[in-house]
Amino acid sequence: MKTALEAVEITPGTHWIGALDPGLREFDIILKTANGTTYNSYCVRGSQGVAVIDTVKASHSDEFFARLEQVARYDEISTIVLNHLEPDHSGALPELMRRAPQAKLYISAKAQLMLKALVRDSELDFTIVQTGDTVTLGDRTLRFFSTPFLHWPDTQCTLLEEQQILFSGDVFGCHFCDARLFNDRVGDFRFSFEYYYQHIMRPFREHVLVALELLEPLTLKLIAPAHGPILREAPRSYVQRYRQLASPLLPNEIGAHDKSLLIFYISSYGNTARMAQAVSEGAETIAGVRVSLYDLQAGGDLPFVDLIEEADGIVIGSPTINGDAVKPVWDLLSSLAVIKVSDKLGGAFGSYGWSGEAINMIEDRLRGLKLRVPVKGVRARLIPAAEELERCHDLGRQLALHLTGSLANRVISMSELLANSHE
Amino acid sequence: MPKANVTFEKLGITVSVPAGTRLIEISEKVGASITYGCREGECGTCIMKITSGMEYMSERSVLENQVLQDNMAGRNDRLACQAQVLGGDISVKA
Ligand code: FES
Ligand SMILES: [Fe+2]
Ligand SMILES: [Fe+2]
Repeated sequence: MKTALEAVEITPGTHWIGALDPGLREFDIILKTANGTTYNSYCVRGSQGVAVIDTVKASHSDEFFARLEQVARYDEISTIVLNHLEPDHSGALPELMRRAPQAKLYISAKAQLMLKALVRDSELDFTIVQTGDTVTLGDRTLRFFSTPFLHWPDTQCTLLEEQQILFSGDVFGCHFCDARLFNDRVGDFRFSFEYYYQHIMRPFREHVLVALELLEPLTLKLIAPAHGPILREAPRSYVQRYRQLASPLLPNEIGAHDKSLLIFYISSYGNTARMAQAVSEGAETIAGVRVSLYDLQAGGDLPFVDLIEEADGIVIGSPTINGDAVKPVWDLLSSLAVIKVSDKLGGAFGSYGWSGEAINMIEDRLRGLKLRVPVKGVRARLIPAAEELERCHDLGRQLALHLTGSLANRVISMSELLANSHE
Repeated sequence: MPKANVTFEKLGITVSVPAGTRLIEISEKVGASITYGCREGECGTCIMKITSGMEYMSERSVLENQVLQDNMAGRNDRLACQAQVLGGDISVKA
């Protein structure tokens, strides 16, 4: 068993010099971890220089420096690479730069601003790298891949070419603390790997797909992420898992060119339900749109968020109770934080007793999530009259037309616009 | 009255409006995915990219300039709650 502060060789000349944080239970407020996390940092020795890849959270600096000192002297360090500037990886950077002033710092272009906020030093010297750039350590080469938005604008990956090790930053990482370090020796961390992807990477699914185009062609012997186990057994399977998780599945079910419109409603007296039915029927009159109708009453833990991730539009029906939309609606809307919803189409409808605030509130929230809300929602007092159901039908139809692009390239006047938004 | 044509690219809708209309008035009515905070040109919530026709927009005020700068906005960005369209054809990314 390794003593707590030993550097761990991962391949000849390359060491893990990170820190263990077994006590952590909550990361960045939103993430839970059942057994802590690790801040992984690595040291690569070449014939003409030593590189340090990423550092650790400031509170764990001592552990990091103790490990680093076992494998390199500060005056040997020629290169520091930060794949990601979030404080859990850049915390020990200012002190490292103080101890190894000769070392050159390599970061992505987007990392500059964050670096300047972190190290308040006007003399700060660094080199910006992008995909294809390399740095030599003599017999070893570091090659950079810019993989923005995984999960910050600044994120990048660094390949140690000769050894085929990918230092991937948060990508392929997870919050799982196990001193045995390697994926073939640690406890079962599958859940943590999936959970990390779902909460950290999933909102950036499109960027994941772009990054995979860069990373999949690489021959990799080992993936060394910035958190959790080092992936030396079957490293490719983790890349493949990202591909699976990020790939859209809906096109297998509906035509590749069909649009998916989801209608969610909740109803206390059946009035909003009737309106939902009318919206659905209206939308179905348009070819090329697949309409699905769901009662949120049955919702709870149903994976609606998975469906919404791949849908092109969502319409939400809620009664107004005490001047507000009802809780299952807000629960649904708040669950959308983990997926990308911007530029999807949105709409709202519902029945009310005294006042119908819910509709506007839902529409505002949809716009806040950056959905387009091109058709004014429909509200009906208590039992929807034929005329109101007709407007619901029209809401569905109009939204479907927007989805198919049939309403694109229209020219309308401000007065028509005002007439259409009946408020 | 002179008119301006404002195209919302993502929505695929062009609205023909009287000169002097603020972008916020149009964007709210067409349902563009822009949100507003203060509506008074102070918070920067409503930053909108003008993809063409910037020459047909009202001049930036000192305050708008400042708010745009503070939010690291680009040259083609405007505050939709402040900027007015003065004529011609304008396209926005929304
Ligand atoms: S809404 Fe605050 S600046 Fe426009
Ligand atoms: Fe991060
Ligand atoms: Fe991290």
